[in-house]
Amino acid sequence: MRLLTHNMLSSNIKGVTNGFPLRIEAEKVVEKVVEMNADFLKKMFEKIDWKAFADASRAMGYAELPEEADSSMLESDEFLQRYHHALLELHLEEGALICPETGRRFPVNKGIPNMLLHEDEV
Amino acid sequence: MASRPELLAPPEIFYDDTEARKYTSSSRIIEIQAMLSERALELLGLPDDGVPKLLLDIGCGSGLSGETLSENGHHWIGLDISQSMLNIALEREVEGDLLLGDMGQGLGVRSGVIDGAISISAVQWLCNADKSSHNPRLRLKAFFTSLYRCLANGARAVFQLYPENLNQRELILNAAMHAGFAGGIVVDYPHSSKRRKEFLVLTCGQRSVNTTISKGKGEDGDSGSDDDSEEENQTVSISDRHRPRKKQKKNKSGKGREWILRHKEKSRRKGNIVPPDTKYTGRKRKDRF
Ligand SMILES: C[S@@+](CC[C@H](N)C(=O)[O-])C[C@H]1O[C@@H](n2cnc3c(N)ncnc32)[C@H](O)[C@@H]1O
Repeated sequence: MRLLTHNMLSSNIKGVTNGFPLRIEAEKVVEKVVEMNADFLKKMFEKIDWKAFADASRAMGYAELPEEADSSMLESDEFLQRYHHALLELHLEEGALICPETGRRFPVNKGIPNMLLHEDEV
Repeated sequence: MASRPELLAPPEIFYDDTEARKYTSSSRIIEIQAMLSERALELLGLPDDGVPKLLLDIGCGSGLSGETLSENGHHWIGLDISQSMLNIALEREVEGDLLLGDMGQGLGVRSGVIDGAISISAVQWLCNADKSSHNPRLRLKAFFTSLYRCLANGARAVFQLYPENLNQRELILNAAMHAGFAGGIVVDYPHSSKRRKEFLVLTCGQRSVNTTISKGKGEDGDSGSDDDSEEENQTVSISDRHRPRKKQKKNKSGKGREWILRHKEKSRRKGNIVPPDTKYTGRKRKDRF
């Protein structure tokens, strides 16, 4: 799972009012190089919750993102490179996602988060 | 006719390792799913600006549908309830991110962030109650409500489906409209029993957009016509949405006689032992307390 996806996910356990962002517990992170598309990054910038993204990237062992970001930074190639790398090239391979409200763990195996809810969580 | 897989077992059981591999090794299936996905993507009507979009593939299985999205340059997140299907997707090294999840539990995705969703040959599975705790109506509701929430304003969701019967189509359509979607059904090759394909095209946000729904393929031509079913030769459009909803008589427990009869009939068809229908079935009972 890439941080692009992580930034969109939220815990939808019954009764949880703010299930975002899921905290990342990283046991294994892998990198896969993909081509950068600046237009996509710029479009996504409007949707990304930057704080959650920067925190998540740190949990994945990547500390090169600024705490805060505004759209003027998108002019910088260096910024785009880092943003691209963190968003699309880092994959959480093994670990877990933790619901911020309940502490419930969603295990991640072979890169796939198991988001199945128990019957009493629906 | 081959029996419908939905009636045989729950999806996470039906799509086990063997079935997942069988499904994904059939060149005929691969070709059909790619064609359906291509058409669904076309019906999404994404802006033609060359910028990759973030899409959902619901019931993504082994990634056959998602591959079409990748080929067209988009990013996607796939959700499926079958670990076996997802394992094959990993083997095929699909480019999308995969989630193990049940669409009937609702999608845990933030509001307004998704540019479009496709779902190929999957949503009819939601119409079955595979566990005693399953209520198809509630599961459809949870699904469509959460889908509506996570789509960006004006974004579309396109579902290719094989409804078992009219009731099922109605059930799905109603749940979608209740969640706030506008849209309707596009039928490709309505005259051909073999090529006929149904797509439910839903739009989020801007309500009552009749005009933007695409026409079905082969609708007025004689192309591929191998039977003469006259009545179904038209695209059902959004106007359906404004038809007054059938009010069901409800008794105290909330379920009317009609509802009970329908469900008993369905259960019988699945081979269950169901008490016979009598004049007492679903009658109003005296208040005792
Ligand atoms: C016929 S396959 C289609 C797979 C893929 N979309 C394709 O075109 O090849 C249907 C898929 O829907 C999935 N499915 C059924 N019910 C589901 C549910 N409640 N939640 C998520 N996926 C489900 C099944 O596991 C299966 O992989």
